[in-house]
Amino acid sequence: MGVEIRVEGLTKSFGRQVIWEDVTLTLPAGEISVLLGPSGTGKSVFLKTMVGLLKPDRGHCWIGDKDMPNLREHDMYEVRKLFGVLFQDGALFGSMNLYDNVAFPLREHTRKSESEVRRIVMEKMEMVGLVGAENKLPGEISGGMKKRAGLARALVLDPEIILCDEPDSGLDPVRTAYLNQLIVDLNAEIDATFLIVTHDINTARTVPDNIGLLFLRQLVMFGPREMLLSSEEPVVRQFLNARRVGPIGMSEEKDISELEAEARLGRDPGELPPIPPQLMTSDGRIRRTQRPPGEWLRTHGVTAPPGSFIDEMGRDWLQEWPRYIAAMSAGAGQHPEGAR
Amino acid sequence: MARAGKVADGVANVTLREPGRFFALSLDTFRAMFKWPFQWQEFLQQAWFIVSVTVAPTIMVAIPFGAVLSLQVGNLIRQLGAQSQTGSTAVLAIVREASPIVTALLIAAAAGSAICADLGARKIREEIDAMEVLGINPLHRLVVPRVLACAFVGLFLNGIVSVVGIAGGYVFNVMLQGGTPGAYIASFNGLAQLSDLYQAEVKAVVFGVTAALVASYKGLTASGGPKGVGDAVNQTVVIAAMALFVENFVLSALYFQLVPQKGM
Repeated sequence: MGVEIRVEGLTKSFGRQVIWEDVTLTLPAGEISVLLGPSGTGKSVFLKTMVGLLKPDRGHCWIGDKDMPNLREHDMYEVRKLFGVLFQDGALFGSMNLYDNVAFPLREHTRKSESEVRRIVMEKMEMVGLVGAENKLPGEISGGMKKRAGLARALVLDPEIILCDEPDSGLDPVRTAYLNQLIVDLNAEIDATFLIVTHDINTARTVPDNIGLLFLRQLVMFGPREMLLSSEEPVVRQFLNARRVGPIGMSEEKDISELEAEARLGRDPGELPPIPPQLMTSDGRIRRTQRPPGEWLRTHGVTAPPGSFIDEMGRDWLQEWPRYIAAMSAGAGQHPEGAR
Repeated sequence: MARAGKVADGVANVTLREPGRFFALSLDTFRAMFKWPFQWQEFLQQAWFIVSVTVAPTIMVAIPFGAVLSLQVGNLIRQLGAQSQTGSTAVLAIVREASPIVTALLIAAAAGSAICADLGARKIREEIDAMEVLGINPLHRLVVPRVLACAFVGLFLNGIVSVVGIAGGYVFNVMLQGGTPGAYIASFNGLAQLSDLYQAEVKAVVFGVTAALVASYKGLTASGGPKGVGDAVNQTVVIAAMALFVENFVLSALYFQLVPQKGM
């Protein structure tokens, strides 16, 4: 069971440079959230502030009933045991091989026997596809492998909150797809609260329950996936559709003359693209926090762009959903059409 | 105005903030020293590592140090006609002052730079952050064993410098300056006393702790990629060397005040 995280009015600056201010959001327990933002908007800083590695100027970050930035050091180390964090480059210990890296948290925090440690480590290594590389040192493997090993280490204590800093950067599209599937499956299995920082638009559009967007020192929007994917807000729309037309420029925001030139040339952001269906678990299980497709749009009276919720096999998930739920609750096994 | 503000900021940084943070780290390290379990493996590895980077240079520095002392003092003493006291001056100079100084330099330069580079590299690879997130205090895990290892090794380095320095002085004096072995050895404890050795050992321990703390502080606060680590190592050597010389002066002054000297 994951933990709810409530961030209230969090502000962080380095010297006179404000990174972001008054960030307020709630990561609901057990849900997958994605944090987006152009490079350099302080997404990694946000993750580090959440785990107490950086101290914010003001604001709160409630992990359950503990306010992380205002905890004493000893209590902070206790609360951190709830977290599994995947750092940008994996942050593996360079002096240990992959096996010892993944076993490290187990050996430090549990009294498990070495054979039990071995079983758990090998299970996680298999999960991230690193069996056979246990004896390699971090310096001897590729960036993608480091990242997967870092993920295995983050998962080894079955954390209740998982933070991933760009899990997909440096991975090929196939591995990214596997990793996304792994995140969704893990969420179904351990019901942890996920926050993923990413630049991969496909990941952001299909994996999470919630999306947040940081731009120009502000949290522009945070809410359910369908809310952001159907949003007309220019920044959100530009970013989630990876367009050049919009307020985000090459270096932070565009100036007025650039925006006027854009309007003169008649460049508009175009129609909203269809909203893709959310990624399902590979074995057909329904995640505890999974919402039916189109639910948010329906309850808020928003019309989905044409072609929404149709997957690559041509199934319309608005139609498919009731049948899928019925089949899953009746059969309690495989999806009628097999795993996707 | 803005420039004055910047200068004031810089001055405050150097005089207050940085020393403040350094002492905070030192205090936290001291507290972490008494936490169970002690990291024996890390301590032994680090001690061995420090030995491996310091012993050879220490010996290489100690030999000419002993020789140059004999050269300086030997001539003067011969002119004064006190050749029978050559040994006592060499022992006094080496045990009391030269060996702590050589130890200080070697610990700051060889051990300090190595510790800072190691921790700095870990810091910029986010290993330190990862460790904290995994619920492990890097001060307890990494800094405490390094500080203690440095102090422990400093103790023995001081001994090595004393022995090698005196042997170097002996060889130089007897073989090249025409001194007599008997005079050198007979006057061994003419001026020096056992408490001189004790104070030198105390100094070595204090130097070891200081150098390791400075190196750890600089390493753990390194930022800005590989260049940042390089800068941190450079600053470690400079700051540690300066700090050790100041400490050496303070400890010597204290020693002369507290312990009565022979023949005074």
